[in-house]
Amino acid sequence: MANTISPLFGHNGAPLSQSADTARTTLAGMWAVRLFEEAVDSLFARGLMHGTMHLSIGQEASAIGACAALEHTDFITSTHRGHGHCIGKGADLTRMMAELLAKQTGYCRGRGGSMHIADASTGNLGANGIVAGGIPIAAGAALAQKMKGTDRVVMCFFGDGATNEGAFHEAVNLAAIWDLPVIFVCENNKYGMSFSTEKSMKVENISERAAAYGIPGITVEGNDADAVYAACHEAVQRARAGHGPTLVENITYRWKGHSKSDKNLYRTKEEIEDWKHKDPIVKFENRVIEQGVLTREDCDAIAADIREKTRVAITEATTAPDSDPAELLSSVYRAIQGGN
Amino acid sequence: MTDRIITYSEAIREAIGQAMEADPNVFMLGEDIGVYGGAFGVSGDLYHRFGAERIRDTPISELGIVGAAVGAALVGMKPIVEIQFSDFTAQAMDQIVNQAAKIHFMLGGELSVPMVLRAPLGSGTGAAAQHSQSLEAWFAHVPGLKVVMPATAQDAKGLLLAAIDDPNPVLVLEHKLLYKTSGPVTEEAIRTPIGKSHVARQGKDVVIVATGVMVSRSLEAAAALAEKGIDATVIDVRTLSPLDMEPIEEAVRATGRILLVQEAPKHVGFMAEVSARLAESKSIYSLEAPIKRLCGLDIPIPYAPQLEKSVVPQIPNIIQAVEDLIREP
Repeated sequence: MANTISPLFGHNGAPLSQSADTARTTLAGMWAVRLFEEAVDSLFARGLMHGTMHLSIGQEASAIGACAALEHTDFITSTHRGHGHCIGKGADLTRMMAELLAKQTGYCRGRGGSMHIADASTGNLGANGIVAGGIPIAAGAALAQKMKGTDRVVMCFFGDGATNEGAFHEAVNLAAIWDLPVIFVCENNKYGMSFSTEKSMKVENISERAAAYGIPGITVEGNDADAVYAACHEAVQRARAGHGPTLVENITYRWKGHSKSDKNLYRTKEEIEDWKHKDPIVKFENRVIEQGVLTREDCDAIAADIREKTRVAITEATTAPDSDPAELLSSVYRAIQGGN
Repeated sequence: MTDRIITYSEAIREAIGQAMEADPNVFMLGEDIGVYGGAFGVSGDLYHRFGAERIRDTPISELGIVGAAVGAALVGMKPIVEIQFSDFTAQAMDQIVNQAAKIHFMLGGELSVPMVLRAPLGSGTGAAAQHSQSLEAWFAHVPGLKVVMPATAQDAKGLLLAAIDDPNPVLVLEHKLLYKTSGPVTEEAIRTPIGKSHVARQGKDVVIVATGVMVSRSLEAAAALAEKGIDATVIDVRTLSPLDMEPIEEAVRATGRILLVQEAPKHVGFMAEVSARLAESKSIYSLEAPIKRLCGLDIPIPYAPQLEKSVVPQIPNIIQAVEDLIREP
C-alpha cells in the first residue's frame, strides 16, 4: 500500500489556512518533509545510511505551498535539495526511504539516491544533482505541453545559487519568448553552499531578474505557506491560461548544513537560531489555531500520524531487498520495442 | 538499391520530413533552421512545409536548446536538435552528458530521453580551430549516449531515421564536407540499423577501418591501391557507440593487416578503442603486422588551406600507409 501524503490538488486559490481540510493537508505535507528528513539525518548520523544528502528542514512551506497550487497531472523538476518537492507532489515515503537506503524497491532501484528521485506517476521529472540542470528541462517539458495543446504546467524548483548559472538565463529566456506554461520557483535560502546571496549577486531580490526576460517576478515570504501558495496559484493560473512563465522567489532558510560535510563556518549560530524562530510549521499551526480552523490537539494528531508514516517508511524500506548489481549493465539504454 | 541520386544534405532533410509526416511528436529545434534554412542548408524548405512550431528557431543558447529537447523528450516528444557546429556541443555538455545520457539509468528506468542531436563535425572548410573539430570520442566515452557517423547519403537518411525511432539519446555526427556529396538514396523511409559496422568494400590483402569522411577517402585510396595490385577491405564504422567489432575482426582474420583511419587527433581517439578491442581479442593472432593508425595530428585545426590539409589524413596518406603496412614485417 502506498505510504503517501495525499497532496492538495484542484484547490480554488483560497488561503490554505482558511479551511480545516486544506490546513490539515498543508500541515501533513510540511510535517512529512520535516520528519522524513529528521529521520534521514538520524539514520545517517547512526551510520545506517550511506552517501550524502541535502536537507530542506526549515524550508517546508516553500515546497508544500508551491505544490499545493498544482494539479495531479502537472509536472515538477526538482533539485539536489528535493525531498520536499517529491513529497509535495505525492511521492511514496517508503519508496523514497528505500532509495536512500540503497534498496531495490527505491524510486531509482538504488542507482540515484537522494539527489535523483523521480516519479513518473506523480509527474515528478526528477531531482537533479547539477545546479540549474533541471531548469532547461522544465522549459522543454513545458514546450511539449504547449505543442501538444494540453493545459498542464511545469513547476521548476531551484535554489538561489542556480540563478547564477547560464542554464537559468538560457532557459528562462526560452520560456519567456515562447510563453511556456512553466513556473520558476526559486527557493532563496541565502546560501549557495557557503556563498551568500549578498556576495554572489548585485541585485537585492532574485525576482528582479525576471525583468531581464520580460516576465513577472515576485518575492514571497517563503516560510509562510499561505503566501507561497497565493503567489504560485496566480503563477499557475497565468501559465495555464497561456500567458507564460513567472519567477516566484521564496525567501527561506535551511537549518541544516548544505550537505553532510558542512561545519557552518560561513554563518553564525545566532543567524541559524533566528531563522528557527521563523519555523514555517509553527507559523502555520499558530495561524490555524488562532483562526479556530484547527485545535492544538488536531495539529498534534497530524504530526503523530506523519510520525507513524515515517516509521512505517523506515521499517518497510529497511526490510526491502538490497539493490541488485545483476541488472546494471542492461539498464543503461532503454530497449527498442520489437528489437533492433 | 535505388538509382535515385541526391545529396547527403537532401537525404537528411528527406528523413526529417518523412519522420515529421509519420509522427506529430517529431519536431526540430536549433539556431537559424527556419527561414534561413540552417547554417549548412540542411533544414532548407522544412520551415515552409511544417511551420514555425515544428521547425523551431531558437536563440543562440545551446545549453538551453539541448535542455529543452531533453525535457520535451521526457514527456513524450521526439525532438531533433541541430547544433550548428559540433564544436558548440561544448556549450551544451551538461545537458548532453549529465542529463540526457544519465536519466534513464540514474532515475531507475521509468523515464527515457528519445532525443536526436545532429551536429556537423570535421575540418576542410577553412573555419579554423573552434569550428572544425572531430569530437566523436567525447560522446562515445559516455555510457547512455549512442553515437553514429553517417558516411554516405543513404546512411545519412537511414541512420537518422533509426535515431529518431530510438528511445535513447542519439548523436548523429555529420561531416560537413559530405553535405554536398551525392549518392543513391532509397525514397522510402528506410532505417540503417544502429550498432552495426558496414563492409563498404570487400578485399583480401588488408582492411582499412574508417569513420565519417575518411570512409570515402579510404574507398578512393582502395581503388588506387587496386591498380597497384593491393586489394583492400574498407569497413565503415557507422555506429561508434555501441560498437560492432565483428566485421572488423572477421576482416582481420581474413587479411592479417589493419589500418585504422580517423580525422580526429590520434591521442585517446576513437580508433584507440578499436585497436584496444582488437588487441584484446583472439583475432590479434591473425595479424601479420602491428595495428597501424592514421589519424589527425594532435594539434588544433589551423586556418590556412595548406596547413589545414596537412593536419588530417588525405587520400595519398592512406595509400602510403597501406603500402607501408603491406611491406611489414
